[in-house]
Amino acid sequence: MTLVQGFFIYFAVAMTVLALLVVTRKSPMHSVLWMLAFFFHTAGLYLFLNAEFLAAAQIIVYAGAIMVLFIFVIMLLNLKKEETERKLQKHWVAGLVVSLVLMAAMVKILSGITVLPPLGEYSIQFVQLQGNLMTIGKVLYTQYLLPFEIASVVLLVAIIGAVVLAKKRIL
Amino acid sequence: MVPLSWYIILSAVLFCIGVFGFLARRNMIVMFISIELMLNAVNISLVAFSHYLQQVTGQILVFFVITVAAAEAAIGLAILIAYYKNNPTVKADDASLMKG
Repeated sequence: MTLVQGFFIYFAVAMTVLALLVVTRKSPMHSVLWMLAFFFHTAGLYLFLNAEFLAAAQIIVYAGAIMVLFIFVIMLLNLKKEETERKLQKHWVAGLVVSLVLMAAMVKILSGITVLPPLGEYSIQFVQLQGNLMTIGKVLYTQYLLPFEIASVVLLVAIIGAVVLAKKRIL
Repeated sequence: MVPLSWYIILSAVLFCIGVFGFLARRNMIVMFISIELMLNAVNISLVAFSHYLQQVTGQILVFFVITVAAAEAAIGLAILIAYYKNNPTVKADDASLMKG
């Protein structure tokens, strides 16, 4: 087992354990804090895969913005009563069975992938020569310009929608 | 060198943990976090494919997924707060106003 594989196995085991902690903790605040650790591990995995820009975006957007939003909402709500109740409902066995069947099917199908499409032009050497950010930026602002603009509209709608929804009286 | 299938299987396992969390928990905040978990699992497989196929498209797609996840979290939590003002609970089973 090489060093790289060892690192991957550490990340895989840590992320699986963190994900299980996220869905099984009783207090939502604990879930959010474990999720924060999970996001940092995801960013580390992105660095493994030569996606430096996405690793930075993962930490800034997910860990910095979305999780802070979750923490604010949990602190706004008074959740004392929920924490004393049972965390798993009586149908949790059905959920476990569904997810295990799904997992078995996906692992069975996905581990059988043998035929892959031909390799693209963005080899590691090419990306290193140009820089990860420049490579993504060039494609994002030419080939994917329209989806990029639509994404900005989606964010604008989200801002307006969040303000309208959280207002006391709507209009 | 780590094989591509390891990343894909890790992604599948994390996605299924997210599915389990969404189905088994009734706390709406934890259900939201489970959705974020599933989105992250898909992102990992997209970045892995992007790296192994030497394409940049997967990374662009992850960029859009992060955008949509941010919008979804903002709107979803705003709905949660608006709902909590009327019925002070975050249990999804109690949100049965429209149940026939």
